[in-house]
Amino acid sequence: MTDFGFSIDSSKAITIEDQDNHLLEMLHEIEPDIYICMACGSCTASCPAGVFVEMNLRKVLLSLQRGMEKETLKQLKSCMLCGKCNIVCPRGINTRNLILSICKTYNVQ
Amino acid sequence: MKNNVVIIGGGPSGIEAARQIRKIGYTPILIEKKPNLGGHLAKWDRLFPEGVYAKDILDSITSDMDDINWFTNTEIISINHIKEIYNIKLSNGISIRTKAVLLTTGFELFKAEKKEEYGYGIYDHVITNEDLEKFFKEHKDKRIEDPKVIGFVHCVGSRDEKAGNRQCSKVCCATAVKQACEIKQLFPDAIVYCFYMDLRMFGRKYEDMYLDAQQKYGIRFIRGRVSEVSENIDKRLIIKAEDTLYGKPLRVTMDLLVLMSGIVADQKNIELAKMLKIPVGEDGFFVPQNSILEPCKSQKNGLFFAGACTGPKTIPESISEARAATLSIDEYLKNFKE
Repeated sequence: MTDFGFSIDSSKAITIEDQDNHLLEMLHEIEPDIYICMACGSCTASCPAGVFVEMNLRKVLLSLQRGMEKETLKQLKSCMLCGKCNIVCPRGINTRNLILSICKTYNVQ
Repeated sequence: MKNNVVIIGGGPSGIEAARQIRKIGYTPILIEKKPNLGGHLAKWDRLFPEGVYAKDILDSITSDMDDINWFTNTEIISINHIKEIYNIKLSNGISIRTKAVLLTTGFELFKAEKKEEYGYGIYDHVITNEDLEKFFKEHKDKRIEDPKVIGFVHCVGSRDEKAGNRQCSKVCCATAVKQACEIKQLFPDAIVYCFYMDLRMFGRKYEDMYLDAQQKYGIRFIRGRVSEVSENIDKRLIIKAEDTLYGKPLRVTMDLLVLMSGIVADQKNIELAKMLKIPVGEDGFFVPQNSILEPCKSQKNGLFFAGACTGPKTIPESISEARAATLSIDEYLKNFKE
């Protein structure tokens, strides 16, 4: 290929229909509450790990729905399962259980 | 003339006010420019939050109108206000003298074709909230053919300075969530998205409706305003928006897009305001004497407001205002000095 002296990155746009959703569907079966998040950010704000490292449960959950899990799943390794997010979630999502289910479904060690 | 009260606008507020004014012993005269009474309510299928039928509500408020004078297909030609008496000339040749006038002129839905980037009237599968209600009533619309992916765009022509409407239309969030659930009931296999900036679920049971939409109907909410829509060779729609919670641009291909046209002031308000020499706000809605304590009184003696002519309102709010205006009118007429 001719070297033009520059290159362009591939599109950063998310194209919903290009996603492979089979893991998400598996997760949805064991965690029916994944779609009731209203993105308030309480989980992230209360997270003791999130102050020091990148750990944002809201964004992890959203990234799964956008097929962008590679970018965020590693964050869950910082989770200490303290359950503070579980206490603050206004929708009553069992976040602790959700994190474990995500790790199981997406094979995060 | 002694007991006349002229009501301009035959939507839910106007009809309810006519009934109440009749009940307390005055003679209401209801004037409507369209061929039928009912306003936007007559075009709607079901109402949020419980999904009661609009027709049942309309039938209920129009059931005892036998002794009420009303004119449809009738416009206001002129209004003169001399010595506390209003002289109103109608397009059917009739002139009425009255001490009290109630404006219940309501609103218009934003004309979605003005937001050309959304392709209403250009692409085959772009419809409005009003079109969808018609489909729910009649079950036929050639633009809706077993859609697999459906999108709702909130705030079309509202919260939009460039479209000339800064205000929030208030009721479209709840309407969009209601319609999203209803269309999911009709097409259970479809994936339904709502593109919103904020979800303004302000009323009792509206939050429950939102939770139901997420939990029971699996509606997918994406925070971000749709920027543009295009059509591919298969006549499917490509929607572009930013997922502002994720911070990335996003594309979805769809079979049906529903535009939530917002509430805007009726253009006729401006003509009426000129005839009556009263102000309209920057947003085109009439301005009450005191927005908190006297929402139904104008700045002019004997002139009253009810319903969405003073800003976006829900049906129960419009009905309540019609009743409140009735009390204000009664008080005014009782204290009227000949």
